[in-house]
Order: sequence, then C-alpha cells, then structure tokens
Amino acid sequence: MALMKVRFDMRKRVKLTQLVWFLYWVAVMAGILVFSMGLFFKVELRKRSELMDNNESHLLPNLLIGVGIIACGINAFGGKVCYDSLDSNKFLKWRPMLRTFLVSCVFFNALLIVTAVLCFVMRIPMEFTLAEGLKNGMKYYKDTDTPGRCYMKRTLDMMQMEFRCCGNNNFRDWFEIQWVSNRYLDFGAKEVKDRINSNVDGQYLMNAVPFSCCNPSSPRPCIQWQMVNNTAHYSYDHYTEELNVWKRGCSEALLSYYGGLMNTIGALLILVTALQVGVTVGLQYVRTSLMTLCNPDNPESVSEGWILEKTVKETFFDFLRMLKAKFKRNRVEEDDS
Amino acid sequence: MVVMKMKFPFEKRVKLAQGLWLLSWVATMAGAVTFTLGCVLKTELRRRAEVMDNTEIHVVPNTLMIVGVASLGINYFAGRICQDALDAGRFPRWKNFLKPYFAVSCFFTVLMLLSVIMSYAMKGNLESSLKIGLKNGIRFYKDTDTPGRCFQKQTMDRLQMQFQCCGNTDYTDWFEVQWISNRYLDFSCKDVKDRIKSNVDGRYLVDGVPFSCCNPSSPRPCIQYQLTNNSAHYNYEHQTEELNIFVVGCREALVSYYMGLMNTIGVGVLSVFLIQASVLVSLRYLQTAMEAVAGQENTEIETEGYLLEKGVKETIMEYLDPVFKFLMLNKVEEGEATDS
Repeated sequence: MALMKVRFDMRKRVKLTQLVWFLYWVAVMAGILVFSMGLFFKVELRKRSELMDNNESHLLPNLLIGVGIIACGINAFGGKVCYDSLDSNKFLKWRPMLRTFLVSCVFFNALLIVTAVLCFVMRIPMEFTLAEGLKNGMKYYKDTDTPGRCYMKRTLDMMQMEFRCCGNNNFRDWFEIQWVSNRYLDFGAKEVKDRINSNVDGQYLMNAVPFSCCNPSSPRPCIQWQMVNNTAHYSYDHYTEELNVWKRGCSEALLSYYGGLMNTIGALLILVTALQVGVTVGLQYVRTSLMTLCNPDNPESVSEGWILEKTVKETFFDFLRMLKAKFKRNRVEEDDS
Repeated sequence: MVVMKMKFPFEKRVKLAQGLWLLSWVATMAGAVTFTLGCVLKTELRRRAEVMDNTEIHVVPNTLMIVGVASLGINYFAGRICQDALDAGRFPRWKNFLKPYFAVSCFFTVLMLLSVIMSYAMKGNLESSLKIGLKNGIRFYKDTDTPGRCFQKQTMDRLQMQFQCCGNTDYTDWFEVQWISNRYLDFSCKDVKDRIKSNVDGRYLVDGVPFSCCNPSSPRPCIQYQLTNNSAHYNYEHQTEELNIFVVGCREALVSYYMGLMNTIGVGVLSVFLIQASVLVSLRYLQTAMEAVAGQENTEIETEGYLLEKGVKETIMEYLDPVFKFLMLNKVEEGEATDS
C-alpha cells in the first residue's frame, strides 16, 4: 500500500511540475543565502579570533559554506530535471538516475537538520572559548612592544568601545592584572615600589580601568583611577554610580552577539530545510506520476503519484534486506577467493 | 541658421526611436539612483545636525531629490513620445506638449549640473557651520543637567570616538573651556580655588581632555590630564608624543568626510546628467525628424533633424518673450491703476 497516493491528470501533472520547478529556483536562492551567511559568520569569527585566543572552532561556518554550495548544485540540477519532465522524451533521459538523486536528497536534508541543530548547540563551546580567550587577551593588554601581541591593546580597546562592555565578567577584572606596561612605570617612585611589593607576583595592580571602559552617557567626566575610593573624588559613591563605566562584561556582550547571529542562522536553516523537504517530496511525486502513466504512449492519460511505494515499515525492511544481501554477496566472494 | 543638422533616413529614424526607448528606461533608473543618493546625503547630514549651526548645506541633497523625481517624470514622457513617434498618425497629438516639455526638461537637467557645482562651492559654508556648531558643543559639554543641552556631552564623545578627532581645530580647544561641571568640583579644595581665581571669568580650566580624545592605537595607557606637563608623567614628552590622543581636529575630520561623500555622489550625478542630456538630444532629433514627415503621403522618406531651428540666442529670446510680455503686462496694468 503506497504512502500518500494522489491521482494526477495531465493538467494537474503540468501544474505540479511547474510549481516544483519554481520552488527549486527559490531553493537555489536559499542555498546562495546560506552560503553567504556562512561566509559572513566566518569573517566575523576571524575578525575577533585574537580575543578568542585563536582557539575558536570554524566547524560551523565551514559546514554552512559547504551546505550552501551543495544546496545550490542539487537544487539547480533538480530544477533542470523538472523542466525536462514536461517533455516525456527528455524525462526518459533522466529516469534511471532519479532514484539515487532522491535518496541523496534525503541524506542532504538530514545533513541540513544536523547543521541547524549545531547552530543552536555551538553556543556552549563558544562561551568557554570566549571566557578563556578574553582572560588571556587582557593579560597581553600591556605588551604593546611584543611582536605578535602588539595590537592586543588596540583590539581590546576598540572591542570594549564597540560592544559597550568592560573586562571579562565585569570591570573588576582589570583590578587583578597589570595593564600598564613596565616601560611607563617610574621604578624610582615610592608609590610604584609599594604597589609592586604588595603582591606575590610583583605586579603593578591598581583600582583603575582603561579609558575604553568609559561610558559617554555619563553626566560627569569619566572616573578611571581609584575607582573604589569614594573620598578620592568629589560627590562620588562607587556603590551607586551606574553610568560611569560600562557595567556589562565583554564575554557576556560577545556571547550575546554571536549567539544572536547563530540563532538567526539556525532559524533560517530550519526554513531552508522545510523548503528542501518540500521540493524533494514534490520531485518524488513528479517522478512517480510520470512513471505510472496508464497508457505510456498517450501523455495525456491519468496516473498516480506517491511518496513511498510501500509503507514506511516495509520500505525500511526492504532497505535492510538489500544491505544484508550486498554484505552476504561480499562475504561469498571473499570465501571463494 | 539651423544648429547641428543631421539627415535621417527611415531606418535611422526607427533605430533612433528604439535606442531612445531603451535609453529612457536607463535614464529612469538613473533618476531613481539620483533620488536615492540625495536621500543618503540628507540622512548623513541630519545625523550630525547637532554639531552644525545652520542647515544651508541641505540645499544640495534637496536639489538632488527634486531632480531625481523630476527626471522620473521626464523620462517617462520621453519613453511614451518615442513609442508614438514612429506612428505618423499618433505623433501629432504630442505637438503642443513638446515645447514646454523641452523647456522644463532643460531646466531640470541644468539644475542637476548645478547641484554638483554647488556641492563643491558650499564647502566653505559647511566649514563655518561646523566651526560654530563644534564650538557650542565644546562649550556646553559640561551642561548635562541643562534641558536642551544635556546630550551635548554624549554627542561630542561619540563624535570624537567615531571620527577619531579631538576638539574643534585641535585638542587645545579643550584647554580654553571649562568642560567639567561645577557639580563635580569641590569648591573647598585649594587646587580648585586657585584654578578658578587664575582667570577673569572664574572658570575651572585644566590642560586636560575628555576620555573620548584617547587614541586606542597608543602603546601606553591614555594620558588625559596635565598634557603639557612633561614631569607629571614618567617617560613622557608632549611635543613628540603623537599617538596618545587624536591630533586631528573634528572640524577637519568632518569636512573631509562630507567632501569625500559629496565627491562620490558628484561622480554618480555627473554620469546621470550625461545620460539625461543624451536622452533629451535624441528626443529633439526624433521630434524634428518626425515633424518633417507629417502631412507627407510616403512616411518612409528621408528627413532632416536639427537641434535648434534658429541660432542659440534667437531661441533663448523666443522662450523668454512670453515671460517678458507677462512682466510688461503687469507693469502696464500697475501704471493704469496708479493713474486712475
């Protein structure tokens, strides 16, 4: 008993073929869109790869680019086949390979679903990568004379200004590292010597943040130095002061940016998957309706189309049996030799 | 004396009409592009309207938008006319329409060229407008509690960070203005009292700049305060220090940004102008060639086309005569009114 059998007369067949042809071209556009989104995501990751300690996983954008290209190819081919199906002579040319093409389409749809799921799941490893990367990035803020790290300060400053964030989890992360280079510290001054002696690693720690943490919306000029000392500044209470520096941590800001991007791409992929499944089903109907013409010589006769020749269970067992037979044949050949 | 006479056999006339139809569609797209460019320029000018003193520079994008819309209409009619041109029966109904049509089209095409010239000519106007606007922005930087000026600080900070500039002409503009609000000054402190007494107006002047002047490319943490005092900072010399804060003034940065934008737009508008002019010239040739066919029995004869029937001066006088008559008529009527 076939799955979802539908009767087709000539007009209905032609309409179906035209609809599937049109949908295939929409799917080609969708494939191009997926490709460009993968490219955009890859570029965005590379722009900030310094902040992620060059550890970020490029699996997702590469997969998106590959899937986009394959989708374009498959859908263009499917569109051509549909266009030729309107002419029964041309359809005979494609008939033998259509079954394998449709099976590969099914596998491709499964790949699309996996990619869509990945888009939502990859947020978790990204969170860890960002936290680690930012912590290390902040350590290299002062190394503007070390080759390979001399642009870390600029990258961090621009990132804090662009994403309106400060530090890793919050601005206090800057209090725990030395972010002023030793070249600009006067080691003859008492204050410098005191600070360096005050901790085990001999680092110059301050209760201060870089200028890029400053919030332009603050009504008063930015207080960067001696941030937790209320008496150092007039009319200042660091517990209630909210607008002075950015309150958000940069790992949270970057994660929400990349997470939002991945969510959008994931939602788009789900739509593309639905479209792809639709055109695969459509092509199966076109193929079966053309194959079961009552009177093969008369192209205007009535025919039937279906998704699967037998029920899902029977098809699945048939498939397993075929695999077993192939496997057995291989074993017999090995035994013979 | 006819201006630029050309012979038009039948095939050439047909080719001219077909080419003109295609060209009129291209010119319609070009007109839409001009309108879009005008909108883009206006949006960019409005975004920074807070640091501009007047809106005189807005005449450039306004003109571009008007010309874009007008060219849509001009090219639509050009397409309709050339479609009817080859049909000798339908062409005569455009006869009375064509003279004012050409006058209006020439006016708008010349206006397109004028707008490009204006965008270069108004550079001085833009610069003086920015000078006053930025001066006010710096003066009112501290007034974050005064309604109407409370966003000047934010505007100036974001402007300086985005355009990588500091102050009006350069960073020393911040030394002449009190940019720290009195609410955050401790008037019992000796240093504050000294600074306020040191100048006539009683302002708290510092040789420091806001944080938004800091250059992220500097290898050392930003030095904002005591900029001219070399001994206040270790290993610092303000005469040779280049990367600490932005050295470009915001007026210069903004003028070069807008001039660059207007240069790009000017190139586009000039090419649109060339397309539009060629549409009008082709239409004129088609009109004069078809007028010679009118009334003839054989519509496939060879005719002559020209740009102007009389010389340039005579044609201009011919167009301006009705305008003068209208003005003279008014004068005569006034004279009669005063007499009686």
